[in-house]
Amino acid sequence: MASLHGTSASFEGYRHRHLLGIEGLTASEILFLLDRSDGYVDLNRGEDKKKDLLAGRTVINLFFESSTRTRTSFELAAKRLSADVINMSVAWSSIKKGETLIDTAMTLNAMHPDVLVVRHPDSGAVQLLAEKMNCAVINGGDGSHEHPTQALLDALTIRRRLGIIEGLQVAICGDITHSRVARSNIHLLTTLGARVRLIAPPTLMPGSIERMGVETFTDMRKGLEDCDIVMMLRLQTERMQGSYVPSTREYFHFFGLDREKLQAAKPNALIMHPGPMNRGVEIDSELADDIHRSVIREQVEMGVAVRMACLETLNHNLHLARSQQEQAAQ
Amino acid sequence: MTALPPKHRTAYVNARLLDPASGLDVPGALLAEDGKIADLGPDLFKDGVPEGVQRVDCAGACLAPGLVDMRVQIREPGEEHKETMDSAGRAAAAGGVTSMVGLPNTDPVIDDVAGVEFIARRAREVKRVKVYTYAAVTRNLEGRELTEMGLLAESGAVAFTDGVKAVENAQVMRRALAYARTFGHLIVQHPEEPSLAGGAMNGGEMATRLGLPGIPKLAEVMMIERDLRLVEMTGGRYHVAHISTAESVEAIRRAKARGLDVTCDTAPHYFALNEIAVADYRTFAKVSPPLRGEDDRQAILEGVADGTIDAIASDHSPHDVESKRLPFAIAEPGIVGLETLLPLSLQLYHSGKAGLLDLLACLTVRPAGILDLRAGRLAKGAPADLLVFHPERAWKIEPDNFASKSKNSPFEGLPVQGRVCRTVVDGRALFEAA
Repeated sequence: MASLHGTSASFEGYRHRHLLGIEGLTASEILFLLDRSDGYVDLNRGEDKKKDLLAGRTVINLFFESSTRTRTSFELAAKRLSADVINMSVAWSSIKKGETLIDTAMTLNAMHPDVLVVRHPDSGAVQLLAEKMNCAVINGGDGSHEHPTQALLDALTIRRRLGIIEGLQVAICGDITHSRVARSNIHLLTTLGARVRLIAPPTLMPGSIERMGVETFTDMRKGLEDCDIVMMLRLQTERMQGSYVPSTREYFHFFGLDREKLQAAKPNALIMHPGPMNRGVEIDSELADDIHRSVIREQVEMGVAVRMACLETLNHNLHLARSQQEQAAQ
Repeated sequence: MTALPPKHRTAYVNARLLDPASGLDVPGALLAEDGKIADLGPDLFKDGVPEGVQRVDCAGACLAPGLVDMRVQIREPGEEHKETMDSAGRAAAAGGVTSMVGLPNTDPVIDDVAGVEFIARRAREVKRVKVYTYAAVTRNLEGRELTEMGLLAESGAVAFTDGVKAVENAQVMRRALAYARTFGHLIVQHPEEPSLAGGAMNGGEMATRLGLPGIPKLAEVMMIERDLRLVEMTGGRYHVAHISTAESVEAIRRAKARGLDVTCDTAPHYFALNEIAVADYRTFAKVSPPLRGEDDRQAILEGVADGTIDAIASDHSPHDVESKRLPFAIAEPGIVGLETLLPLSLQLYHSGKAGLLDLLACLTVRPAGILDLRAGRLAKGAPADLLVFHPERAWKIEPDNFASKSKNSPFEGLPVQGRVCRTVVDGRALFEAA
């Protein structure tokens, strides 16, 4: 704990300027971020939750897609580290017509933020923005591509419950095709040595995903067999009315998590969901609230800790790089 | 008796004459007289160039027919901020292209006689390379009502296509093929089943990793196979533009073996690149149809080598930065191609896949033949549309130096071989390398 919040903290474990995705990170980089997050869980549970590590720094939450929980989680994380936080919500449709993403980047650059958190409905948009920004960028979710802090908070939740991730059998169920949560989790879990299974109807399973080192199932009971973790994904309502699956009722019948299907998994398998949940669509309501099985609320708690660790690390790296540049210039 | 005005005559000497149509490949010279080829051969000007004839020393370079590019988006009228008749003409000349054929997806769409005449008039005004135009198959490219194909052809449209859109409705395509057949006109199809082609890149592992909606390869061959049935039914003339998949090559190969009157082309990016080029969301490599897998790229190379693919077209699609610096899924597809057509195509020659004459045939006499243009040959009486080039000369592609108004090339910095030295249209030098 002392090393975590002291001034001598070492950030050697994660040397990247941004956090744009889990793909490409090493196991030790992921573990470094998880270890730092662990410390913040304890801080957040204490009475005095505030640290001044980011005092004087500016964090901008730039959301091109509506989100309450992720934005709030980032906002709280930044505030607990004493950063000044600005929330910007932008309707992407209006952006498309006028100001481009690049213009947005230029505008924000002029405000000298230290960390920019971006969520965007298009895959790759956060990377595009990051290329033009002078500050650190955290991907808060881009299209169907990645949502790295979600995967980190999921991993932290699992690790605190079960001690280790390596060797676990994890099932991810639902709309894999459109899920950035699924992709980031696949990268993270396989990198840390877990075995990942994907369960979805073929219409929601993207092509050649086996190449990412996972097994695929269309039968939920078979897929859940011997699993330690059952990770449910949100299915957006507009995809449930005939376009990808015939109906909500049919989807819940075959792919919704209920007690009966859960019996295929290990007896004390944990249930996870990135939220917000569609109760009765992808998950049985009572099951979601079962404190013995569901860790959904813990996931939310871990989210703040993970985001504090990410903000702290990227802020540190940014200022280290800047001071090195200054030294080189002299 | 009044004296005839003196003829304008130019002698191209010390050249390697290359004529894919006749198979000619000899050292020799060529005489252009008032815009036409008057004579050529190994013995011409053996005893020197007579007085009054302008002498161009090719210094051993190749002298071939100017390239015929059968698929160019000129962007005029309507998108002059991306390209104009003048800038496209300069880009074509810089790329060794002496005849280009524009797509009708301009604004307004070229679907009436006035549109065809506008293109002809603008081409006359800017006095650059020869410009031909396709006209739309359907009014406003909406895929419903046929255009006045007979009248459009009489006013100069060389063939019919809905440009970057497929003619989706089978009944409309059937009628277009049948009706065009009356006049012997060609229908050119963009080969994609639209309901399967809503994605942003090739379907598969790469798209899954990037979280982008994929376009299955199947979307292309399905449309081609449907159309081949309609060709069989109607007896129409049919050409498939920019094929990109192994299965498409195979479908065309089989159709030709059955004796159907079908042809196809591809673009250099489909044999020079595969889908890996779009990693990191590189929108400059976003094209339609999308770049495919390595096995497809190899099949396209084979298709060019064995003649299944009749022609190589640049698929010139200029876009401004604002259309490309966007999230991948909403960025415009297309590559600016006129100035890289020759060196990228020559990769097939340098890698031993194709002979120089066979390769040049794909760029000259074959597309000219498909569209029935008086172009693409070194022959007495033919227009003096000429290309002088060094097939071996190395250079690096620098889009900033393009004559084209747009710079959207994924080939930036690529070392290539094959440099245009001189481009001549109707005996007039339009481009000379510095």
